[in-house]
Amino acid sequence: MSTVAETQIKLTPEHDARPGASVRSRLQDLLPKIVLAPSFAATIVFVYGFILWTIYLSFTNSKTFPSYDITGARAYQRLWRWTFESDPPSSWYTSITNMGIFGFLYIAICLALGLFLAILLDQKIRGEGVLRPIYLYPMALSFIVTGVAWKWFLDPGLGLEQTLHQWGWTSFHFDWIKNKDFVIYTVVIAGVWQASGFIMAMFLAGLRGIDGEIMKAAQIDGASTFQLYRRIVIPLLRPVFLSAFIVLAHLAIKSYDLVVALTSGGPGGSAWLPSNFMYEFTFKRNEMAVGSASAVIMLMTLTAIIVPYLYSELREKPR
Amino acid sequence: MSAVTSPARPASSGASARTINRIVIYGLLALFAIFYLMPLFVMLVTSFKTMDEIQNGNMLALPQSPTIEPWFKAWGQTCVGLTCAGIKGYFWNSIKMVVPAVLISTLLGALNGYVLTKWRFRGHTLVFAMMLFACFIPFQSVLLPMATILGSIGRFGVTLQNATGFNFGLGNSTVNLVFVHVVYGLGFTTLFFRNYYEAFPTELIKAAQVDGASFFQIFRRIMLPNSMPIFVVTVIYQFTNIWNDFLFASAYAGTGDVMPMTVALNNVVNTSTGVVEYNVNMAAAMIAALPTLIVYVVAGRYFVRGLMAGAVKG
Repeated sequence: MSTVAETQIKLTPEHDARPGASVRSRLQDLLPKIVLAPSFAATIVFVYGFILWTIYLSFTNSKTFPSYDITGARAYQRLWRWTFESDPPSSWYTSITNMGIFGFLYIAICLALGLFLAILLDQKIRGEGVLRPIYLYPMALSFIVTGVAWKWFLDPGLGLEQTLHQWGWTSFHFDWIKNKDFVIYTVVIAGVWQASGFIMAMFLAGLRGIDGEIMKAAQIDGASTFQLYRRIVIPLLRPVFLSAFIVLAHLAIKSYDLVVALTSGGPGGSAWLPSNFMYEFTFKRNEMAVGSASAVIMLMTLTAIIVPYLYSELREKPR
Repeated sequence: MSAVTSPARPASSGASARTINRIVIYGLLALFAIFYLMPLFVMLVTSFKTMDEIQNGNMLALPQSPTIEPWFKAWGQTCVGLTCAGIKGYFWNSIKMVVPAVLISTLLGALNGYVLTKWRFRGHTLVFAMMLFACFIPFQSVLLPMATILGSIGRFGVTLQNATGFNFGLGNSTVNLVFVHVVYGLGFTTLFFRNYYEAFPTELIKAAQVDGASFFQIFRRIMLPNSMPIFVVTVIYQFTNIWNDFLFASAYAGTGDVMPMTVALNNVVNTSTGVVEYNVNMAAAMIAALPTLIVYVVAGRYFVRGLMAGAVKG
């Protein structure tokens, strides 16, 4: 081993010493950076540059077209005022309360259901190879298709309600999708349907990674199955919980398509999330500065979740 | 002590408790399988029914007189906005956008991953972190500047068109979307390849260097032949993401006959003029879902691996 290392050290200066090859070898040294440069430059300009641009726009009074005169934090002041305008609710108030409801329920139910299904599937189930893909396939569909399917399924006149009426349960009533107070919960249902199978797969991978010896030892000590999972397995799955949480939080904040396809924004915009608010205000209501300010708030929320996570992930790597 | 008492417990509770346990587990699993399959089942069944049957029949019933007509109508005749030529044009729009975007972003990701693992330089972690963070931003925070830039590029294209008779693809919606998807997909493709190449033995690269192999020779002769699995994972991941994208598509190609499939589908379903043909809507939704579903059925293992790699470290 050491001889290889030595020859390598000797080789490099020889290479540089040759006069003709020096330009070429200089180029060879730079080549990796040249290859990476376009991607990195694109990231700097189109991600970080554009983010700064959006931040800048949020401090102007841009309406239909961008204006570049800084007029202060007016857009943020309006959003702040709207945050407390709950009677009648402003569309921003609706968007962020919906974000709270959707984000909390979507993450909590996906985690609970994903863990539950993973534990069930981990009981040496026959036919696991059939069940797993069934739980997971919704993740391959676009939010638009998911929205279309659930819109149909939840429609009071055509879907579930109608079906149960035909089966004789005529008092059954389920019109959440048309009800402005409940429409956001239908987004939760469709969202959970789409993502929970994937969370199940993450937990299942985590469960399969647990050392069987630990489980055996606990069983010999007389732990019941419930105790085994509560005291030993679930604490061991902490890293999976964290990853799953990040994935779900990220999906929740970015959710836009599902609201559009499932509810078309809901009655009077009652199903809006901040992403829908941003799109509508920027492109449809000609309030570009307010739209940009809402985008900045979304970005900052996500940054607060993602950056600490990425930092710890990247720091752990070299060890 | 406990070790002595524990074997007695399962023995006393007997085999019947175990059986009940198994039945409950299988019952729950089957119930959830129904929950996940239901919307797809309803969509599929409805797309083969006549309108008569939909209005008078049960949502869950199988079609009495199955007809493929709605599928043909969705493909060739249904109205998207004001044009009534079906969704086939939009389907091809999506194909024309997805194929180049996936190929370019994957290839760039492979090169980036190769540089970031085997040709490290000072600050490589920072460069990677900056590219990785780009995957997670809400795209709303870059949507408007990109629209502005694409707008000016389009105007420049028109100028070129007038001057030279050819616009070099500037201002073309498909080109725009390919560009956008490549730029905002780079973070993930780089992440995939970086994590994969991290585990690739560096000694091999060193040995090839000693033998005088150049940067690209090593990439082509050593890295690429050993990258098949991660290529499949990345291509599937990018294909699914770009095919399913709605935000960029609606912002930069939201009207006219340049719309990609997802935007067109949303327009078909939300058209309020005339009688709503649910069977045609469902057929259109199925057609929009088929490409990614087929990929999932054929290469589900790689699909899941891609999702995982995007979520957890590699």
